[in-house]
Amino acid sequence: MSTPRLDRLVIVGASLAGLRAAQSARKAGFEGELTLVGDERHMPYTRPPLSKDLLAGSQTVADTALRLAKLEAGWRLGQPAAKLDRTAHQLTLADGTTLPYDRLILATGCRARQWRGPGAELDGVHTLRTVEDALALKSALTPGTRLVIVGAGFIGCEVAASARKLGLEVTVVDIAPHPMLPLGAELGARCAALHERHGVQLRCGVGIEAILGTDRAEAVALSDGGELAADAVLLALGAEPNVEWLAGSGIEIGAGVVCDATLTSTVDADVLAAGDLAAWPQALADGQPMRIEHWTVAAEHGTAAGRNALLAPEERLPHTQPPYFWSDQFDCKIQSVGLPMLADRLEIVDEEPDTGRLIATGERHGRLVAAVAFNHARRLMDYRTQLAESVGAAR
Amino acid sequence: MKVHVDMNLCQSHGECAIVAPDVFHLGDDDVLVWHDDVPEDRRAAVEEAVNACPMAAISIEDE
Ligand SMILES: Cc1cc2nc3c(=O)[nH]c(=O)nc-3n(C[C@H](O)[C@H](O)[C@H](O)COP(=O)(O)OP(=O)(O)OC[C@H]3O[C@@H](n4cnc5c(N)ncnc54)[C@H](O)[C@@H]3O)c2cc1C
Ligand code: SF4
Repeated sequence: MSTPRLDRLVIVGASLAGLRAAQSARKAGFEGELTLVGDERHMPYTRPPLSKDLLAGSQTVADTALRLAKLEAGWRLGQPAAKLDRTAHQLTLADGTTLPYDRLILATGCRARQWRGPGAELDGVHTLRTVEDALALKSALTPGTRLVIVGAGFIGCEVAASARKLGLEVTVVDIAPHPMLPLGAELGARCAALHERHGVQLRCGVGIEAILGTDRAEAVALSDGGELAADAVLLALGAEPNVEWLAGSGIEIGAGVVCDATLTSTVDADVLAAGDLAAWPQALADGQPMRIEHWTVAAEHGTAAGRNALLAPEERLPHTQPPYFWSDQFDCKIQSVGLPMLADRLEIVDEEPDTGRLIATGERHGRLVAAVAFNHARRLMDYRTQLAESVGAAR
Repeated sequence: MKVHVDMNLCQSHGECAIVAPDVFHLGDDDVLVWHDDVPEDRRAAVEEAVNACPMAAISIEDE
């Protein structure tokens, strides 16, 4: 069998997963032409500080830059990929230029989910995904301002914490019965208590109907008939994958770009995917493909995809590390490993009520699928190792 | 090779301890401990730890 040509590796999406893929391909000895295409104008940066240190003012934009080390690559920034033609092995960018590839890594990630209800277009209504979003939000976070956050997921909760630190009045609204929904009711109640202790007003089990105001947002109308006065509104409704540009390419799209365990597209061995965009089989969920939006997953995926892209399909290694996630809210570092949202039983195995430290495990059909820690990093590590071993994860 | 961790940045994620357990580990108090003088043959593992650290806290200082 002749080896197919591998002179040109193209990576679409120049953020965490894309950068790690490029670094890993170089490290694995790729000497051909390496191009990263990104629709943001910036060199790769890290997003977690956007809801935490950057908002709170303890980090600057420059601090969010990801280190490139000595990466040799071509950068096409400020320019989205618009079309993929797999037969011609070619990408078309929005300005019409074409880019041929031998292997392609898709890492276009996610964007903030939009809400299209009345008032969504008003000034003072924010979402948070990019550094521009973060700077716009930051400029609205002046002491005494009333901020209403819609969505009590991790971004909503983190921004609530940052905004309280800055002296804002903060209300968080969510249709769900408790914040941090994937963590289950018991841990969700602990998160609710944490936020209330720090002066966040929580309105759970209620949705929003409209954002009211003439030019600027002035209030949020709730589904229970109530109204919350607001100077600024953050819609933190989760994220959706950037897959639309792949329409017509024949790439299988499910929750995201559907891949096998080696992160190879189910329909094309020359195309791989990584990070927030990729849906890949979860060893902890009987191989069901899922998309996971965690920093560490994107970094690990990038590394694995960059390496695998250089290999023949049968030589590629599966990515089986259980997903790891963290979130910082006030003085609490929440960490989780595995898939807590799949647990049918979440049990708190250790808790220090004075300090708020705790560790919980999640089981599904009697099998360990997750562990969650509040300020308990060392203990979480043990579960991380245990879960990795249970699915035979190799690094 | 010298390994440096900026403890103002480190938040005990333990990524480094998973990638290179012989170099980094989390103590019982959740505080990272590490060897700052690491044999050259562990460079690849430490470089992997540099990339795995969410806080970009780790750096390698070549003498
Ligand atoms: C505010 C915030 C806080 C977070 N905090 C945490 C945290 O504490 N812990 C944690 O585990 N995770 C956190 N995350 C999640 C983490 O940042 C993501 O999992 C990670 O960014 C995913 O990286 P990625 O490279 O897959 O995708 P992304 O970072 O989404 O990057 C995708 C890139 O592709 C670009 N792109 C999109 N379409 C195209 C196109 N057609 N052509 C070219 N380029 C395109 C996008 O503009 C973007 O630059 C946070 C996310 C946000 C937004
Ligand atoms: S990975 Fe980074 S943040 Fe985590 S323990 Fe190691 S140095 Fe600290």
